[in-house]
Amino acid sequence: MANRTRPLNLTALILSGLVAALVLGTALVLALGADSFTLRPAEFAALTFTVKQAALSALLATVLAIPLARALARRRFPGRWLLIALMGAPFLLPAIVAVVGILAIYGRNGVVNQLLTAMHLPTVSVFGLQGVVLTNVFFNLPLATRILLNGWSAIPAERFRLTETLNLPPSSIFRHIELPLLRDLLPGAFVVVFLLCMTSFVVSLTFGGGPKATTLELALYQALRFDFDLGRAAMLAGLQFAVCTVAVLITGLATLPNSFGTGQDRVQSMRMAGFWPSVLDALILAGAAVFLLLPLLAVLFNGLPGLLSLPGSVWQAAVRSVVIALASAAIATGTGLCLALAVANQSRASGFIDLAAMLPMAASGLVLGAGLFLLLQPIVPLDLISLPVTAVINAAVALPFVYRFLLPEARSLVTGYDRLSATLGLHRLSRLRFVTLPRLARPLGLGAGIAAALSMGDLGVIALFAGDQSVTLPLMVQRLAGAYRMDQAAAASLLLVTLSFSLYYAIDAGGRRAAP
Amino acid sequence: MLGSPISIPARRKMENDMRPTHLALAFSVMASMAHAQTPVLKVLTYDSFTSEWGPGPAIETGFEATCACDLQWVTGGDGAAILTRMRLEGAGSDIDVVVGLDTALTENASKTNLLAPHGLTVAHDLPVAFADPLFLPYDWGWFAFVYDNTKLTNPPKSFKELAASEVKIVIQDPRSSTPGLGLLMWIKAAYATESAAIWADLADNIVTVTPGWDQAYGLFLAGEADMVLSYTTSPAYHLIAEQDATKSAAAFTEGHYMQVEVAGLLASSVNPDLARSFLTYLTSEAAQSVLPTTNWMYPAKTPAAGLPAGFETLINPPKSLLFSAVEAEGLRQSAVEEWQTVLAR
Repeated sequence: MANRTRPLNLTALILSGLVAALVLGTALVLALGADSFTLRPAEFAALTFTVKQAALSALLATVLAIPLARALARRRFPGRWLLIALMGAPFLLPAIVAVVGILAIYGRNGVVNQLLTAMHLPTVSVFGLQGVVLTNVFFNLPLATRILLNGWSAIPAERFRLTETLNLPPSSIFRHIELPLLRDLLPGAFVVVFLLCMTSFVVSLTFGGGPKATTLELALYQALRFDFDLGRAAMLAGLQFAVCTVAVLITGLATLPNSFGTGQDRVQSMRMAGFWPSVLDALILAGAAVFLLLPLLAVLFNGLPGLLSLPGSVWQAAVRSVVIALASAAIATGTGLCLALAVANQSRASGFIDLAAMLPMAASGLVLGAGLFLLLQPIVPLDLISLPVTAVINAAVALPFVYRFLLPEARSLVTGYDRLSATLGLHRLSRLRFVTLPRLARPLGLGAGIAAALSMGDLGVIALFAGDQSVTLPLMVQRLAGAYRMDQAAAASLLLVTLSFSLYYAIDAGGRRAAP
Repeated sequence: MLGSPISIPARRKMENDMRPTHLALAFSVMASMAHAQTPVLKVLTYDSFTSEWGPGPAIETGFEATCACDLQWVTGGDGAAILTRMRLEGAGSDIDVVVGLDTALTENASKTNLLAPHGLTVAHDLPVAFADPLFLPYDWGWFAFVYDNTKLTNPPKSFKELAASEVKIVIQDPRSSTPGLGLLMWIKAAYATESAAIWADLADNIVTVTPGWDQAYGLFLAGEADMVLSYTTSPAYHLIAEQDATKSAAAFTEGHYMQVEVAGLLASSVNPDLARSFLTYLTSEAAQSVLPTTNWMYPAKTPAAGLPAGFETLINPPKSLLFSAVEAEGLRQSAVEEWQTVLAR
């Protein structure tokens, strides 16, 4: 068996080496181009704020995700699939669009404050730490929920049937089935959200309300753009790596392997009898739907009026973005699958592979972009490679998600099917085709869908590279807004969201359909 | 950076966009290598300049009609981004001309030693004296707070009135936006050593600070603030392009700080004569008359036919404030730190 997994390990090792080289190498390139290395007190204040908002946001998002994922897992109701599909949307919203949606609901003229005024209650402000955390939770609650829900639906139906046969009370079900699941998935969900909030930039700056809310990513942006201080940028990138790596290590230690046997994948809802649990679940689902969907509706209504007046260049930018997104999803999924299988097989150097797969989470798109630019521009004209480079950077940024989705199920696959496959003497390729791909189709589809959507919405990387012929849809949105054309910008945003979401949904649904 | 749009004939732009893919671009590069006799002029500028609503398309058509050359745009996000791009490309760059730096950036740009003297003498109508061997001004504007005159009937007339009022403003971050930095310089120029006190008084008026001009302006249009830091020319866009007269700029008694946008010649240019003729074209009547309703700024040299109808409705500050490039760069770091310290309280 050892010699059968070996070639795969080598590929995984090379791929993870490439990822690590991309992430660390670009920061190194900046450091080599630096004249001096100094950090100001303001940058330490930025560090504190960044960690605080990220930790608060991650805590809230993961804690709220537990009842939501649980309610979704154990209830069947009309439109459930639609709710799950729509829940993916906030996470896929480009920050600049999401900000508009959040404002329409929680802003000064927003729905909430109009209701409060009508009821003669004091209004609330969306600006400040509360606004940053609110927006981060809006973005990431669906993601955390999906991670947990995926785990819930991966619980073999036999196990629930067993609890029914034994007539176990809910508390025992929680202790014996759900608690181990949460222990397995929560740290991962927390760290993913934490890392995302660590590098969020537009959200913190727009809702933070000023220098009080400076994040490391903003300090990095400033160092690169106005001061061109490569040394400071490299140091800030290093600081960000350090915090993120510590977070990954801590949760890595806290994650226990899931040691349950594998079942037959029959869909089975965990029905909870009783009136009050049903009412509670209904309330949780309705509350989450309102919280997550209202801002999306606002984006829809803002965008509709301008949709017909969009210039042709917007559609061309849209096609360009879709092509980049598909390429990026393919690269991210291929790499993610290879790395996850290697780690699940507990191959040699799996510690390094695991770390490399998570590294891009701690990376800044700005650092990747600037580093690659410095590295490549003496060799190739940038206008020619800006789109391929964008696809690769976007794939790297999406890799940690794809990998995180795949890993738990790759582990159960290895534990559950390894002996069987070995007994049947399945060849590596047949095994990939008949066992691995079908069994992992669900997380593969989810990962690829998210990678495609993330790439669609990315602005940071392309903004550094864009030539006249490589304008992407998010860049187009920014150009329209920068040209006073807010209606058209809103319409292009709606197009962007629709495309991101369609890509995500089509790929995710494809994965679910392919699953046994 | 503000740059903007009224549609330049859409058809022309569409012809331009008929070659969108990179493969096609690669072929066109090969094709242009085959016809090496046509010189190529590469101009680096911010992307709103070259968008179909910006001045780029008209300037490209106009210049190519006279130069027997191929003008190619290279774009970066805004003034600061194109300076970064210049520095990233360094001395080996194949870019000939840079368009779109402003006086907050020119001192840093000079220090890179990547620019060559333009050697041109061009008359301009700027309200302040301006002459620089490396940079030619092509347009300019005054920073101002823009408001909705149907909602705010009695706008503040100075920073002190603004600070004392309940009026809510949205501004841009001086660390990532040129108007944001402009406001810092404005308050420094008007209040010198008192600037920290002014910022402290303004703190409760500031709803939020955005990374760039477009987010701030969007927040203002969405009703999140009563006023937004922009330009005195912003109301002209609403008036001319949208027939909407509800936006006005507040005139401040302290005077208004200026943004002067400039172009320069890269020392690495292999076609310095062609580059100079482009700079001459950019400051000529033909290009200057395009700028007011595409870039929504004042042209450096007022066209013989005057400014477009609608511009006469704009406020005309009697007092213009502007630090020299060297003064501005000397003040920048300490002004940003002061702003950070005061607003972080």
